[in-house]
Amino acid sequence: MYSEKVMDHFQHPRNVGEIENASGVGTVGNAKCGDIMRMYLDIDDNGIIQDCKFKTFGCGAAVATSSMATELVKGKTIQEALEVTNKAVMEALDGLPPVKVHCSLLAEEAIHAALWDYAEKHHIKIEGLAKPKSDISEGEEEEEY
Amino acid sequence: MIYLDNAATTKTAPEVVEAMLPYFSEYYGNPSSIYAIAGKSKEAITKGREQIANVLGAKPEEIYFTAGGSESDNWALKATFEAYKNKGNHIITTKIEHHAILHTCEYLEKERGAKITYIGVDENGVVNLDELEAAITPETILISVMAANNEIGTIQPIKEIGRIAKEHNILFHTDAVQAFGQIPINVDECNIDMLSSSGHKINGPKGIGFLYIRKGVKIRSFVHGGAQERKRRAGTENVPGIVGYGVAAERAARTMAERTAKEIEVRDYLINRILTEIPNCRLNGDPVKRLPNNCNISFEFIEGESLLIMLDMKGICASSGSACTSGSLDPSHVLLAIGLPHEKAHGSLRLTLSEEITKEDVDFVVEQIKAIVDRLRSMSPLYEDYIKKQQGK
Repeated sequence: MYSEKVMDHFQHPRNVGEIENASGVGTVGNAKCGDIMRMYLDIDDNGIIQDCKFKTFGCGAAVATSSMATELVKGKTIQEALEVTNKAVMEALDGLPPVKVHCSLLAEEAIHAALWDYAEKHHIKIEGLAKPKSDISEGEEEEEY
Repeated sequence: MIYLDNAATTKTAPEVVEAMLPYFSEYYGNPSSIYAIAGKSKEAITKGREQIANVLGAKPEEIYFTAGGSESDNWALKATFEAYKNKGNHIITTKIEHHAILHTCEYLEKERGAKITYIGVDENGVVNLDELEAAITPETILISVMAANNEIGTIQPIKEIGRIAKEHNILFHTDAVQAFGQIPINVDECNIDMLSSSGHKINGPKGIGFLYIRKGVKIRSFVHGGAQERKRRAGTENVPGIVGYGVAAERAARTMAERTAKEIEVRDYLINRILTEIPNCRLNGDPVKRLPNNCNISFEFIEGESLLIMLDMKGICASSGSACTSGSLDPSHVLLAIGLPHEKAHGSLRLTLSEEITKEDVDFVVEQIKAIVDRLRSMSPLYEDYIKKQQGK
């Protein structure tokens, strides 16, 4: 059901964990639909993402997309990280089964949520970044993909 | 490999396969034909029907072969609704039935004007009898309650339900797909009018099931055509399937006491080890009124599909009630009905044993589960939040 890459990232997830005093932390998804992703970013003064870690509650695809998303944003600028779309994550994983596409959307949103947190903490505005819509702190009623 | 998904399907017993084989290549005649080998097929059907009827305390002519449990459930509900529509249009069932019942009820509601009442269950998954009796109206034609639940293994008080149905002169159907051959069921003692069962759940072949229909119950043909199954279910009989099913049923009944006693011992050993050695988990379903081979546990902070994939990598076959395994965004309706919050329902694991599973197997499985649960929790943001809360951060 899953590609080899998905299985690899599920069995050997990259960048699992937390970052103490992270520049930005974003949590998306909700327990109701069975997926929660939390993304930690360490961003230096030049706006480069030096480190990225994640924790995920969810299925194999949720873990794999989180893992791949951290790989794709590491070393990137904020603007480049914004361009890491769910499609990019899926392509990097050699695709996902149709019912799991929402996991890749969650990965994209997790990056955005962490960047939003960074922007708020530093009182800056990131061009092209909208307030994340599915942060779990906003409550139970979230849209389904 | 350790196969712990016997509620999904079972290994066909060697004696079952052996009994079936001649009916593929030797006695392949159509039972409706006149020549000698056809007579062999007919005899085999008669024997299979008798073997099954004996297990239930039923008459052979009350056993109607079908293609499986889902067909039997569909037939019982749809045909009863049609045959008894002059009496009323109300059916009572429960929130924890198999989808073969629930989706048939939805169909009858939407397309045929049926009124369905879905009775709730307590935290162990036992049907609320007061609620059931209170739901009865003059329009009620059928009560359909499963004998035992496929996910959490809870055994329902079908004797009491049968008594209630009889007192109110209402037909009683039970989906016994998980219970037949696992626990003793007598159709007269329980006042059962219809009962569904499936061959492959009891080490029989797939593609064969039956509906028991008590003599006098007026339900019509579900499949129209030839005169097979007393004109109630047309189609050339699945002779090898019936032969295998008969042997499997006879075998299940013969070995029931010894087999289930052993399974209960191993099951409780498994449940106790998990509950005492892994923190933040709970047993789903009734601890005592429970199928001998069923263990269903929810692990907090983790999700079921991840757990299943990791168990599979260790050669352990199991199942879960998480959304990801149901193909929707909602976890199991059974786990929600017993009052589990979504996140605990997503983290459920069902292990269903067979007679071949030993305590040594259980020891291996428990060690694997412990390691996997630890690993998944270390990756879980919910666990991180929980630990921080514990530490008062």
